Amino acid sequence: MAIARIQVPASPKRGEVIEVRIAIQHPMETGFRYDDAGRAIPKNVINTLVVRYNDAQIFRAELGSGISANPYLQFYAVAEASGDMVFDWVDDKGERGSQSVPLNVIE
Amino acid sequence: MIARVAIAVVLFAASSIASAAGGPPTPLKSGIEFTGAEVRALQQDDFANPGMLWVARGEQLWREPAGTEGKSCANCHGDAKASMRGVATRYPLLEPGAARLVNLEGRILQCRERRQQAEPLRHESDDLLALTALVAHQSRGMPVNVAVNSQNRKHFEAGREMYYRRLGQTNLSCAQCHQDNWGRKLGPETISQGHGNAYPVYRLEWQTAGSLQRRFRSCLSGVRAEMLPYGASEYLDLELYLAWRASGLPIETPGVRR
Repeated sequence: MAIARIQVPASPKRGEVIEVRIAIQHPMETGFRYDDAGRAIPKNVINTLVVRYNDAQIFRAELGSGISANPYLQFYAVAEASGDMVFDWVDDKGERGSQSVPLNVIE
Repeated sequence: MIARVAIAVVLFAASSIASAAGGPPTPLKSGIEFTGAEVRALQQDDFANPGMLWVARGEQLWREPAGTEGKSCANCHGDAKASMRGVATRYPLLEPGAARLVNLEGRILQCRERRQQAEPLRHESDDLLALTALVAHQSRGMPVNVAVNSQNRKHFEAGREMYYRRLGQTNLSCAQCHQDNWGRKLGPETISQGHGNAYPVYRLEWQTAGSLQRRFRSCLSGVRAEMLPYGASEYLDLELYLAWRASGLPIETPGVRR
């Protein structure tokens, strides 16, 4: 179960700079740890996060083993038109997550 | 000189009697007051607080049917915001006729087994922590309020006894740090009063959420004592004593701690 929380302003004005926040539940396993039986735990981190706004890519992040568990990212975007902001991410095991939030831009 | 030593001995005896009497520390201070500004800011921001991911997961699980009965938590309990409000303030509690206390995790496991007839959830699994966090979150801001009465007094006394019992190779009791020396330093850390009012918490050291019993196990391992298994009745008795000791402190779930 991929859990993510996304926060954008509900109804920004056209042209407004908005703050976009996302937190994803993920262990971000570094690959440097061992389990109780002494076996190495394979690295498994969210390696890519892509954000599209009305089908145009507006943000892309490549994460590595230095990022904490349950990563939190924040960036800014300009609210141009109403539509969906779609977040897609994938980890080293190939597990994908996707979530979208509607943006209702007022004139 | 001899007189001065005698006075010191009398004072020492008096202070150990006071601590053996075992009242809650005054003033009562939540663990969050012993953390730094960054940790406090993280807990206060309901979006950035990583513990809220477990609450969100709990909200999903609450509505998901499980087990042979195909029932979800919501089928019986409705909206957790209404039905679970204030519930966490009263735990752990003793059901009539039961031999042992039950905490929130235990109650959720019980419901899954008896009502949903679903697979049990593992202790410290994300799903059990999520449901516990969801339920406890509905009491955020409400004071811890357990009742000690003739039914559960035996468990309360056992919990208090454990709190003052010296354990492990370092021969330390809970009280020697959290009752007698809170606010002072242990290495770089400030020793807290050791309350459970924010659990399950997101601990930065763990990089995940964890239960109060996981915290007990960390402390036991810290004093080089044997760790009891999750759900042990000794832990539950200690939870009752701690809840009594924290009476009046507001619940903070999901808390953030170092």
